[in-house]
Formats: sequence, C-alpha cells, structure tokens
Amino acid sequence: MEKLGGIFNASSPEMAAMAGLTFYMLAIAIAILAIIVVAVAYIIIRYRKRPGDDGEPRQDFGSIRVEIIWTVVPAIIVAVLFFLTVKTMLAVDPPKGDRKPDIIIIGHQWWWELYYPNSGVLTANEVHLPVGEKWLARLESVDVIHDFWVPELFRKIDLIPGHPNHIWLVAGKPGTFLGACAEFCGAQHANMRIRVIAQTREEFDAWEKEQLRIPKTPTSGEAAKGGKIFLTEACMNCHTVRGTAAAARVGPDLTHLNTRETIGAGVLMNTSENLKKWLSNPQAYKPSSLMPNMKLSDDEVNQIVAYLGALK
Amino acid sequence: MSRVPLVPENIEPLPRIGESEGLVTWIGSIDHKQIGIMYVIATLVFFLIGGLEALLMRIQLMQPSNEFLSPEAFNQLFTMHGTTMIFFVVMPFLIGVGVYLVPLMIGARDMAFPRLNALSFWLFVFGGLLLYYSFFTQSGAPEVGWFAYAPLSEKPFSLNKGPTYWALGLLATGIGSIASGLNNIVTILTLRTPGMTLRRVPLFVWMILVTSFLLIFVIPIISAAFAMLLLDRLLGATFFTPASGGSAILYQHFFWGFGHPEVYILILPAFGIISEVIPVFSRKPIYGYEFVAGSTVAIGLLSLAVWAHHMFAVGLGNVVNAYFSLASMLIAIPTGVKVLNWVATMWGGKIRFATPMLFAVTFLIEFVVGGLSGVAIASAPIDWQATDSYFIVAHFHYVLFGGSLFAIFAGVYYWFPKFTGRMLSECLGKWHFWLTLIGFNLTFLVQHLLGLVGMPRRVYTYPDLPYWGIMNLISTIGAIVLAISVIIFVWNVIVSLRHGKAAGDNPWNAWTLEWATTSPPPVYDFELVPPVRGRRPLWDLAHPDVPDEKQLENRRGS
Repeated sequence: MEKLGGIFNASSPEMAAMAGLTFYMLAIAIAILAIIVVAVAYIIIRYRKRPGDDGEPRQDFGSIRVEIIWTVVPAIIVAVLFFLTVKTMLAVDPPKGDRKPDIIIIGHQWWWELYYPNSGVLTANEVHLPVGEKWLARLESVDVIHDFWVPELFRKIDLIPGHPNHIWLVAGKPGTFLGACAEFCGAQHANMRIRVIAQTREEFDAWEKEQLRIPKTPTSGEAAKGGKIFLTEACMNCHTVRGTAAAARVGPDLTHLNTRETIGAGVLMNTSENLKKWLSNPQAYKPSSLMPNMKLSDDEVNQIVAYLGALK
Repeated sequence: MSRVPLVPENIEPLPRIGESEGLVTWIGSIDHKQIGIMYVIATLVFFLIGGLEALLMRIQLMQPSNEFLSPEAFNQLFTMHGTTMIFFVVMPFLIGVGVYLVPLMIGARDMAFPRLNALSFWLFVFGGLLLYYSFFTQSGAPEVGWFAYAPLSEKPFSLNKGPTYWALGLLATGIGSIASGLNNIVTILTLRTPGMTLRRVPLFVWMILVTSFLLIFVIPIISAAFAMLLLDRLLGATFFTPASGGSAILYQHFFWGFGHPEVYILILPAFGIISEVIPVFSRKPIYGYEFVAGSTVAIGLLSLAVWAHHMFAVGLGNVVNAYFSLASMLIAIPTGVKVLNWVATMWGGKIRFATPMLFAVTFLIEFVVGGLSGVAIASAPIDWQATDSYFIVAHFHYVLFGGSLFAIFAGVYYWFPKFTGRMLSECLGKWHFWLTLIGFNLTFLVQHLLGLVGMPRRVYTYPDLPYWGIMNLISTIGAIVLAISVIIFVWNVIVSLRHGKAAGDNPWNAWTLEWATTSPPPVYDFELVPPVRGRRPLWDLAHPDVPDEKQLENRRGS
C-alpha cells in the first residue's frame, strides 16, 4: 500500500503541530456527529408513526433548562478549541523579529522564482532547503495572487502583489516534497507546481556552490549553435543564462536548468527527450503558458537542448 | 393615536392583465404567488445549467491528466458553476419561496410593495442573462472563480469581457436582492394579520426576516466593490491594482464582508424550511421556538463579524487570525442550538416519513457534517492546510448542497401541493431522495480526504499521486448518480403537474396559515383569514379544547 501524503505525512515540527490539531478536531467532530446520528437513528426507529395510530403525540414546547445545557456544553468545547488554536498558531507562526529572509519566493503566472539573498543563488520551481534549519521565507508576487503550499511541510501562505508575507520553513527530514499553487491564478493554475528538496547541510552547500558557478559558454558543435540561437531568437527576451547577454527575468533563470528535476513548473520531468518536446511546442503541454511556440525546427530544438545541457 | 402608516392603503386597484392564462399574465404579474413561481421556474433552469457545468468538470477530473476540457473551458465552468448556484439558484429560490409564502403565512394579501417585488424578480432574470451572455462574447465566460479576486479579475490579467459581464450581472441581481430584502422587512413588520405577533409568526418568516436584514446590510458592500471593479476595468481606475497603488487585499475584505453573511443568506431560509417541515411530520410543535428564532438573530449578527476567516492565508497576522477564529467558532453555538432543537422536536413524535421529511432528516446529518468541518476550518492553523484545497470544496458543498439544497428539496415536496394543487409522486420522490443521498455523499465525502492529502481546488488537471485518481473517480461516479437523481426530480415535477394526485387545502395536516386557503390559493389569497391566537392557528382550529396558548400557559404555571 502506498502511503497517503499531505497531512498524513507531516514532515516538519510545524506541520506535525497543525496535523495534531486537525486530528484532535476530527476526533471531536466524529464524536459529535456520532451522537447526532445515533440520536436521529433512535428517533427514526422509536418514534416512527405506527399504522393505525392516528392520534397526536404529546405536545412539547421546549424547556429552558435543556436549552441552557446545550448552549453551555458547545461553548466549553469552543473555548478548548480556541485555546488549542492559539497555541498552535503561535508555535507555527512565531514573530519574525528583525530576522532577514533566507529565501525570497516570487510568484509568477505560472512558475516560482526563488532567490537566496545570502548567497545570491537564483533558481526556479525547486526549493532546496537544509534539513533541520529554521529558515525565514519572504513571499511576493509580480502579477496576481498565488499561494505557496507544500502540504507535508509548511503552512499555506498567499503571495500577494504589494503585500509581502513571511513564513518559517523547516524540513524535519530529507526528501523531495511536492506542492502547488493553492490560489487560483489563471489558466495554468493547475500546473504551477513546486517541489521542496530537503537535504543535509553538506549536500545543500554543494548544490549552492554549483548554482553559483558561471558556466563556460560552449564554443563548438551543436551546443555552440544552440547558444547562438538562444541569443538571436526570442529566448533571451525572457530568460537568463549567466555569463551571456541573456539577463531577462520574465521567465525562469536557465543557467543551471540541467540540475533541476522538472520543466515548466512541474509539467514534465527534466529529461532531454522531454525538453525537446517542450521546446517544440510548450503550448501542447502547458496551454496558455506565457512561453509561446517558437516554431523551431527539429535541428534548432536539438541544438538548444545540447546548449542548455552543456551549461555546467 | 394617529400614525403615518408605513405602507399606505392601496387606493387604486393594482394593475392586472386579464384573467386569461396567457404568458403576458405572468410577465406583467405583480402577484406575489405568480412572481414566486416564476422565481422557482427560473432557478430550476439555472440549476440544470449549473449542474451540467459541474458534471462536465467532474468528467474532466475523472482521471489524472485528463484532456476532456481545455484549461480555459474548465476555468470558465467552475466560475460559472459557483456564481450560478449561489446567485442564481439557491439565493433566488429561497427569496422566491419567501415571496410566495410570507404573505400567506402572515395572513396578508400580497407583499408590501408588489411592483418592487416584480422589479426584484426581473432584475434577477436580467442579471442572469447578462452573466450568461458572456458565453457568447469572443473570449467566453469569466475565468476568475466565483470570488473573482483582484488583480486576476483586473484588466491586465483578464482581458476578455467575461468579468465585466459577471460584475454587471451580479450588480443588477444585487439591486434586486436589496429591494427584496426591504420588501420582506416591511411586509413582515406591517402586514401581519391581527393576533399574528412576532412571537407567533412561523419560524420560516423569522428566518426570512433575519435574512432580509442581512441582504440590505451586505449586498451594498459587494455592489460597491463591483462598481469599483468595473471602474478599474472600464475607466482605468486603480482601486484593486497594486501595480498602480491599489490594494488586492481590500477587494478581499469587501468580497468576504459580503461573502460570509451571504452563506447565511443561503442557509437561514433553509433553516426556516426545516423548522416548518420537521414539526409537521413529527406531529409536534417546534421545540424551543424562542431559541430557534433567537439563535437565528445571533447567527445573523455574528455572521457580520467573521469574514476574514476566508483570509487566513492572506497573512493578516496572529492577532487578527485569532479574533476571526474565535468569532467564527462562536457561530457553532447558536447553530448547534438549532440542530438540537430540531432533534428534540422529533423526539416523542409520531413521525411520518413522506419525501419532505426524508430530505429534512437527512439535512440534519449532512448539515452537521458541514457545520463540524466548518468549526475545524474556523481554527486558523487547520485552515492553513485546508483552505483552497478540496477540503473546502467538500465543506461548503455539505453546507450548501447537504444543507441548503436538501432543505430546498424538502420545501419543494412540502409546498408543491400548495403551489400547484397537486401532489408530487411519492414513489418518484423516494427514488429522487435515495439517489440524491447516495450521489451526494459519493461525490463530496471523499473530497475531504482529497483536500487533506494536498489537492488544491480549481485545478483542471492533477498529477497521478497516490490515491488521487481513485478518489476523484469515486467523486465523478457520485456526480453521475446525482445527475440521474436530478432527471428523476424534473420528471416527477413534469408528470405530477399534469397527473399528480389532487392535493386539497391541507394535505400534510399542517398548522400554518398558508394551508388554510385553497391549493393553489386564489388571487386574493384568503376568503377569510382564520383567527390567530397562537403559533399554530390551524392546530387551534382543530383542537379548540387544547389550543397552543393554553398549553403554554399550563406549562408556565406548572
């Protein structure tokens, strides 16, 4: 049996607190529901009209004492729940003080831009995070409202233009965790997926070092031709490849695309076959995506794939 | 004592277009019963359209990475489905049934402002046509969701005309709703027959009264927001565009300042229906009348102060979140009081399980499920996982389908004989009931789990993660069962209109005034309004030896 994800696989202390509260609430809810269901079932059986019994039952107009009881009991339950709510809220969302963010997550229609201000790493769609460290994320949007949701790790938080938000990011164990945009943000809201790669500090440092490296521009073969196309066709109007003239930030930074697991914010796994498909016609895989079909020939596609693959 | 009457006596006769049964009699009508029936028919049409939209969505979501619908089509469908069901089905149905029943229940001849009543109805129809006209524009219907958050609904991000038609349509309907609210309030406060004090009006009337106050308080909020959105879109204003100094969050405050009370506008009249059906079929008076009415007032007031529980993910801060958590949880108390009073009403009764009662009893359970999940998501940390996921979809369908719509079906089977003079078929009614019950729970129960494992709402496709496919398939099968149940319901209505058993004045042996007149009632409603000396005038007539007031007095004395 495969394991259920989401709240059933809470993988951070914050998420464990939220899941704990949810299960506690669920238990209370099921108990209350059970009382009502049993009462109604009993009534249905016991007080159903019998054939031939045409008289009216005793007319009962109510009782103030009973009303008081069933007002006070729920009030006590609400008080307990509210206490637990505040406790959990403070555990998940303590004040940030004057802490500077460790990562800045910027929502775009329909991908995530990720910036690590301490090191200067700029990447997209895949958050790398050292296990066990408590990071502060700042969340912004350049267009519409998005929502950052990685159900097994973090609380949900909106990315709102003109209203930066902050949340704490902690991963309790290493692994890859899937998430998605949770606020409807237009045609490709469904394919605005995110993954969090939680790794040890050493792995993270190695990754960060790799991301910071400015790749050598290929000078020969297919890759060189691809590089030329990248800079002469429209690619560079939207994308960055560090070490070249391509420096636009409309679409994801492609400098180290070959270190990422997916393309198109989770639409396809990042293999060279898939990258070819994607470049041939992004609209076939992510209709209405802001990346147009560039009408590249097969050769051109192969050359660009070779170029992006050669950036190391 | 001389007082200026709030509603002046009619000096001129109200215009009436002949007595023939032609279409023009209906279109020109200002009779509350005809308008009420037109509301019901129009909402049935919108219900079928909105249901079809839902079915198409469920087919698309049947399996991961399905390609039955394009993303644009799917996004249009969920926008139109939500907007239709809320603004053009549940709300106008409840207003329409109110328009039909309130004057009858309080022994009046018509609404206080019959012409305004007709205006409300036609504004609702006009709004619906404006909304649906968007399908025929070049780029189709709006793709912004029923809450049309800015800046997605603003010009740079929604260049199509959809959101403009959407806002205009809802603005028109909203003006009609405000007029209905006013009309109901004045009618209920001024046109009650002698003896019908506010402590004696049927609970349905109480619920309509509270709902009407909510309408006139909150529809202006959203109308203002729609006007601002239209100014932004059409005249280049910047109320909600952060890029040019506006505020995206402001729109959310406006929207939910209206949107949460709206939920109670959709459920309080449904409570009213349940509060009429359960006593009649249990053969007992409502248990704790004052508490059912009083808790409604409490819910109405609280509902105005809880809106930001829809905004727990916006980042308003712990203090704001804590307040809105508490305020929202408090609503559980008066709501729980209601549910327990309904259960207590059945206790010790002699319950007849005709179709209206089947729907009413099931309402109790389904609504409690929706209510309890509602308390859960009132807790901000739980909502930080649940919001904008399928858990929310499940929650509000248990409230609005398991709650409002089950109550509406109870009401349809209960009052159809009064409206038409004929009974709906009990046999088809039971088929309709069981299929609705099974289809509804198949569709929505599993969605709680889908949300908790991480499926966001409003996605036209989803990856093949563990159990996502099978859970969505179950949901889609449920939707197909629901579609069959709706076909049976419509068939029942059509067949029963022609061949249904004659109803007589009071087929359910009920106690409120609408059952004292003929079915359907004459144009002038009553030949003679029975004397009202208690909450159940027809009980008092049938049992002159033990009238309600006397029983109540005995209880107070003992």
